[in-house]
Amino acid sequence: MNSRSQSFPAGLANSSGVIGRYLTDSVGSDLTGYFPQLEKMPVHNHDGVGGMHMYMPWWRFGKKNEFLRGYHIEFGGGRDMPGVGGFDYTCDQSEGYGASLKQKCRSSYGTFIGFSGRGEMIPNEHSFCELDPEVKDKWGIPVLRFHWQWGENETKMAADMQQTFRAIIEAAGGTVIGGVRRHPQKSSAGASNALEQQPAGRISVGGAIIHELGTVRMGNDPKTSALNKNCQAHEIKNLFVADAAPFVTNPDKNPTLTIMALAWKTSEYLLDQAKKGEL
Amino acid sequence: MAADTFSRRAVLKSLSIGAVAGSVLRVIPLEAAEYAHKMIGLEKTDAKTGAYTPKFFDAQQYKTLQSLCETIFPAEADSGGAIEAGAPEFIDLLTSENEEYKTKLAGGLKWLNSTSETRFSKAYIDCAPQQQKEILDLIAYRKSAEQDENLREPVEFFSFLRRFTADGFFTSKIGIKYLGYKGNTYLTAFPGCPAVPEV
Repeated sequence: MNSRSQSFPAGLANSSGVIGRYLTDSVGSDLTGYFPQLEKMPVHNHDGVGGMHMYMPWWRFGKKNEFLRGYHIEFGGGRDMPGVGGFDYTCDQSEGYGASLKQKCRSSYGTFIGFSGRGEMIPNEHSFCELDPEVKDKWGIPVLRFHWQWGENETKMAADMQQTFRAIIEAAGGTVIGGVRRHPQKSSAGASNALEQQPAGRISVGGAIIHELGTVRMGNDPKTSALNKNCQAHEIKNLFVADAAPFVTNPDKNPTLTIMALAWKTSEYLLDQAKKGEL
Repeated sequence: MAADTFSRRAVLKSLSIGAVAGSVLRVIPLEAAEYAHKMIGLEKTDAKTGAYTPKFFDAQQYKTLQSLCETIFPAEADSGGAIEAGAPEFIDLLTSENEEYKTKLAGGLKWLNSTSETRFSKAYIDCAPQQQKEILDLIAYRKSAEQDENLREPVEFFSFLRRFTADGFFTSKIGIKYLGYKGNTYLTAFPGCPAVPEV
């Protein structure tokens, strides 16, 4: 976007105007349950292994849902390494002070299971980045400015996550305690940042799941996309983009492996074209 | 050493920076909490008196803090209490680098003393256990704040201190032992999974 010139008034390879547009992130929503029956669990030699969770893939594919696309559930808990903030809930819930409070902290330790939904966002024109007209970095280069808006499909999906998690927790004999997974510092990358910012029981803040993709999307039509299927710019043969930016959309899963696969494909194409003298 | 002092303070700042009072969740890395306990231990080893010198609270405030922490998490037959676990030192050390904690905790202690002066003409720390209990029972439950708006801040103070005491206690050796946490220990042989109890 900083490459505006006489030849490229909208910036390099941007006559479509889509560069910066259709930024996406995963839809996130979380809920935690308290399961008193876990108090009986014996001490285990894997206690404290961080970030472990079960994975439940989307199970309503092809059914009529309130929203399009789908999400998966990551759920986990147990006796994480005791940390700061890990006893907030019990302290607030039990209140008071004394030996009974201390004992309650011990008995409820490791009895929380957090459910995190991660779903597919449908990219929209209101989620984009652009050059900031005023703010510049210390070298005088304009910084990016972000705009974010979840669509109706995403808010419906997050509401469905909440309903589903609540139903699972209650059916399993637990009690819903809030939107934040316990021991966030030990959860998988991305989730930890997300949970701090997410208001209890609602949709995550855009960018918080750190699956940011899009902004230089690929497509067959040069009018509505910047790159072709090989991540090569429609307008400039020797310009390739090999990161998360070419994504048009992202399913509910973590995108890193797909980013790598695309980059690999792009590299092979690039090498092939270079050998043929086409670049 | 100047460099050590600088890095020590930088770590402390990062320790308490995410822990904004009143936020939904205070996220302090456990490694940083361990570091605080370690620093306290080193200071005690180095000190001629073998004691920790409070960095923020004055002598009377610190005694009051110790008393409150021990009331929140007392010693029991099978475990030490908050003082033995080092919770007051932990709280003082983190508070010394966080303006919000300073305001909140100093304000709460001030309220405690002015209340005990009004009721019993004594500082909180000099009150009889029954008198202290009478004051604490005013602020140990959210219900009090719902009934009396003037108690809103003192109730928040106590709730904050309760969480903070739990943080200091459960990140200490005594606290971890109390929980029965067995993670991060080396195994010379893999004993297999423990049996799952009847649910």
